[in-house]
Amino acid sequence: MAEKDRIKYPGPFVVKDCALVSVSTGEKAYTLAELVEKIKKIDPSSIHHHFWARHLRPSFDHPEFHNDFAAWVHMEVRDRILAERLNLISPHEYASMEDLREALILLIQERVFEDEHLGWRKAENPFYFVKSQLIIFDTGMRLEWPHEIADVLESFSPGTIFYHFIDARRRNPQGLDDFRNWIRQFPPDYKPLEDLIAKVDPFFLSLYEIRDFLIRHIRTFCARIHALREEPSRRKKGFPRPREGG
Amino acid sequence: MSGNQGLLERYARVAGAEAVAQMQQLAEKLRGARVVHVNSTAYGGGVAEILHSMVPLMKALGLEVSWEVIQGPPEFFEVTKRFHHALQGRRVDLTEDHLRLYQEVNQKEAERLADKLSEADFVIIHDPQPAYLIRYLPKRRGYWIWRCHIDLSRPFYPVWRFLEKVIVQYHASIYSMPEFSQPLPHPQYIIPPSIDPFSEKNRELAPEEVFRILKDLGLDPSRRLVVQISRFDPFKDPLGVMRAAELAQKFISFQLVLAGGGAADDPEGERVYQEVVQAARGKKDIYVFKLPPEAHRTVNALQRAADIVLQKSLREGFGLTVTEAMWKGKPVIGGATGGIRTQVVNHHTGFLVNTPEGAALRIRYLLFYEEKRREMGLKAREFVRQNFLITRHVRDYLALMLSVCMGSPDRLELETGEACVWPPVEPGPPPL
Repeated sequence: MAEKDRIKYPGPFVVKDCALVSVSTGEKAYTLAELVEKIKKIDPSSIHHHFWARHLRPSFDHPEFHNDFAAWVHMEVRDRILAERLNLISPHEYASMEDLREALILLIQERVFEDEHLGWRKAENPFYFVKSQLIIFDTGMRLEWPHEIADVLESFSPGTIFYHFIDARRRNPQGLDDFRNWIRQFPPDYKPLEDLIAKVDPFFLSLYEIRDFLIRHIRTFCARIHALREEPSRRKKGFPRPREGG
Repeated sequence: MSGNQGLLERYARVAGAEAVAQMQQLAEKLRGARVVHVNSTAYGGGVAEILHSMVPLMKALGLEVSWEVIQGPPEFFEVTKRFHHALQGRRVDLTEDHLRLYQEVNQKEAERLADKLSEADFVIIHDPQPAYLIRYLPKRRGYWIWRCHIDLSRPFYPVWRFLEKVIVQYHASIYSMPEFSQPLPHPQYIIPPSIDPFSEKNRELAPEEVFRILKDLGLDPSRRLVVQISRFDPFKDPLGVMRAAELAQKFISFQLVLAGGGAADDPEGERVYQEVVQAARGKKDIYVFKLPPEAHRTVNALQRAADIVLQKSLREGFGLTVTEAMWKGKPVIGGATGGIRTQVVNHHTGFLVNTPEGAALRIRYLLFYEEKRREMGLKAREFVRQNFLITRHVRDYLALMLSVCMGSPDRLELETGEACVWPPVEPGPPPL
């Protein structure tokens, strides 16, 4: 019986790519008081942009600040306390952009209440609210089995990693990336691979680093599959055979 | 192998196969679209350099692309140079006669280019010189996009008001940085410019050729070299650079080169050049070269020979000379302004400075620490490879074109297997 018939095959993984274009919202803030007012009303895609789009626009690996709000507060408002607090926000911990928006507002307001002058301290350069437009396209590439991911990862563009790893967390239930969302539909033999991928924290890694991390760990996992195949007595039922050389 | 395929493969070798594949996938959806770029000079200046690379690359991707240069008398370019200064924040005198001349030249050029521009699917107008063409072509059918290459963050308002009257008629506009956008009734895209790794200015050069070019210029190839390559323009602060060099030369010996070309649309360059020559007269180890617009290999050689590259601008749209130097593995000391702040990651790919004194200190530091220079240079080259090559720039334009003709949605998912989405719908009326 074919492997796909033996298990409840979820279908192939459709590899997509994306290009991100940044669009100015025309909104800017010179003070923390203004920043809060703008955050209350700004399009949610702008909040998403200021947390995640740095992955797809010119920036530097391992920047000191992990979102644009923290960087601006540090560089322009020069309040290190609030900058550190904002820097700790992990956006994927929030169920929605509205929750993230609320958390941002609370954090800034809390700090402004601690220091009454801070709300009106004028920044040297304003915070410019930008949002992103995502153009998504099908690369034509299809993966039949999870272990095939390792074979093709090297050819993935940063856009592909962004789409399946970062953008996916906005699209999928439980904020999962597309790889895990697909893999968990296979038999439980793939659970270790799912767990490996779960270790990636995209907030601290560049897209190239995420790609390298996945290549390294998925290859290790595939090597284990090969080892299991060599020892049939240990091989579990339902585990699909990797392709030769895969 | 076709010429187009060969061109794409060359870019894939430098920018990565995935970068070229991305462009191809986006271009597939726009195959056959007629695109016309319009600017005001064929040679000299960053816009012309970008178009020399962008047009063939877009053609290789299957679009029908052409490039038109508007023509006008020298007085027209005197006026547009004042526009340029005003949009970058300087108060200028512009009389009714100046504005009339500007509009007359745009009207005449609109008549000359009418067939081409009216029929194009996308017209991309670069900078303010040809911005008024749109006013004189009411029967246009395509999408008109204004590409602003200059720092528009604090324009001199009367001149911006004059220009704004026609910019609102465009379907979209593009800026190098979010800071440069203005309140307008259409989508304003943020797309940094780029360099072409295969242009004469950026391609690899043999060390012997670099050596020969330096000797021909009267420089000593065995001594340390600091260069600033840019037009002779007050906003590039050539006198500030000279001051910084003099301060640093009290402590460490090096040659400073200030070299720049002119551009057909920059009549002020000669006056500034004379000022700089005058200021450099009698000063040891300071060299000023006015280079012809085609001296790309000389610029290439100077950047490659340099230990440090300066771009101490006071205002700057983006600063392609910064990107060029970084691509050649050089640390850059740049003015903390405009697009230079996007490229020079302070303490990583160079230093950002605000004064001649600040620049002098960083020159001394980098000339002293050879290992730091090398480390910053390597980071700078990789930073450019990932972010500022022409392949990324073309990809962004293609994405923008798709976005504009689909109504600028936040997410645009292109259908699988659909060969071409062009033409999607007739462009709507202009925003105003």
